[in-house]
Amino acid sequence: MTEFLEAIQNVPLIRYALLAGIVSSLTFGVVGTFVVTRRIGYIAAAIAHSILGGIGASIYFSRVYELAWLTPMVGAVIAALLSAGVIGWVSLRTSEREDTIIGAIWAFGMAAGLLFIHYAPGKAVNLESYIFGDILLTSKSDVIATVVLAAIILTLVGLFYHKLVAVCFDEEFARLRGISSDFYYLLLLMITAISMVLLVRVAGIILSLALLVLPAATASRFSRHMWVVMLIALGLALVYNAGGLAVSFALDTPTGPFIVLVASVVYGLSFLLKGRR
Amino acid sequence: MSTPDNELAEKRIVVQCDDLCFRYGKPWVLEEVSFEVTEGESLCVIGPNGGGKSTLLKILLGLLDPGRGSLRIFGESCEKARSRIGYVPQSMQFDRMFPISALDIVLMGRLDRLRVGRFSRECRAVAMESLDEVGLADIAQRPFSDLSGGQRQRVMIARALACEPELLLLDEPTANVDLSVEEQFLETLVELRKKMTILVVTHDLDIVSLIGDSVLCVNHRVHRHSLPLSGDTIKEIYSGRRRLEHDRRTRHVQGDHSACQHD
Repeated sequence: MTEFLEAIQNVPLIRYALLAGIVSSLTFGVVGTFVVTRRIGYIAAAIAHSILGGIGASIYFSRVYELAWLTPMVGAVIAALLSAGVIGWVSLRTSEREDTIIGAIWAFGMAAGLLFIHYAPGKAVNLESYIFGDILLTSKSDVIATVVLAAIILTLVGLFYHKLVAVCFDEEFARLRGISSDFYYLLLLMITAISMVLLVRVAGIILSLALLVLPAATASRFSRHMWVVMLIALGLALVYNAGGLAVSFALDTPTGPFIVLVASVVYGLSFLLKGRR
Repeated sequence: MSTPDNELAEKRIVVQCDDLCFRYGKPWVLEEVSFEVTEGESLCVIGPNGGGKSTLLKILLGLLDPGRGSLRIFGESCEKARSRIGYVPQSMQFDRMFPISALDIVLMGRLDRLRVGRFSRECRAVAMESLDEVGLADIAQRPFSDLSGGQRQRVMIARALACEPELLLLDEPTANVDLSVEEQFLETLVELRKKMTILVVTHDLDIVSLIGDSVLCVNHRVHRHSLPLSGDTIKEIYSGRRRLEHDRRTRHVQGDHSACQHD
């Protein structure tokens, strides 16, 4: 542990990783609670997988056309928002089945990402770090981007908290009270999309959903008040991220899988403890 | 000297429905529906499942556009009149696991007064009053999942009251409510009836006899009955059972209301 504390002081990489983890944890707890209660976990998962398409495309185009601004983070945000928009539009405005479009976006994003990365010129891309996550690859600009995105998410939730809750609980009634249910549902999907970008940074595409859903699911076993659930989930995510980083640093294990494993075990225990309602 | 016309003018018309027709696909679900509700009246809407009750309710709420005919509430279009309507859906349709307190649900009735951030103190006061009105002030902070079926339904009513409505629309309020808690629930309705215009879709004869001024029988077309219904009529319509399955017994085909006794 003292080694880890020393590393925080001396190694900027660890400091960045810890900072990004802490800041993004704030959003995971809050957004995860919405995702769990509104039951849109699979939409979040589809968005996470579509992010690879954005990462791949940004790497490809930035190298081919030498666009320095087109970082993987930018590509990820664009892809996540696009997929959230498409899924929302399809489920609100067309008669197509929602799970079908979720599956399509999910696979399309992965396929596009893999192809872009395959054809991208220059040095080989470390695919694994995107799929399984590698928070130790966090750069200073990543930390800044994380802080900005997290601030956007938390501000939006803070401003529209009651409307988002109302739309999650009873869309029809919200509409009758003059709230545009469609708008706030799309807003929720957009907020979820941005969170997934942050999550993919920490835990990778495959493991990201667990880190969004498990803290909120665990927390909802212990409280029946939305904001309390959010606070507990936020605390759990914080402990998982910071603790996971420390332990994986000490034991030299990959961070993402370790965090997810701990989160799953805690969720399982909470289920055994408080599951029978 | 007051003529009948003058009397009519004194009582404001809340709902004015003329020749309304509606269809989802090809066949008409509602045809030539005309009725009116005057201020202070409580109208019970009954009829078989699939007869168009829910559709009529959705049109009243402005959630569906009528194909033909006109429907004005407070002289306005349904969509414009929404802010003056309190709507009570069936409480069963909600996710019981949803982490939310009774008070927070009731506060949703004030959503149109909220722009961003937190609810004002005034909104919270109105919400608490509404909970008090249905006798649930002491469980304001209790989570939704801990409430009984009757309490949940009353929370939904409190939410509608928090809209400070002039017209209250209820959709089968006693469906899925425990008989043991229903009495208290009906008392709440009886109190509310004195204060506002009520339109309630129901299968429950207790509600009809307790709060109904008249009955609108909806099955493709509508027919109006004045109350009290004679014993024979009730028997005819509900085959003598208290909590009725109106449908099976009086399956009116294409608006045939021969089983109903009309005024």
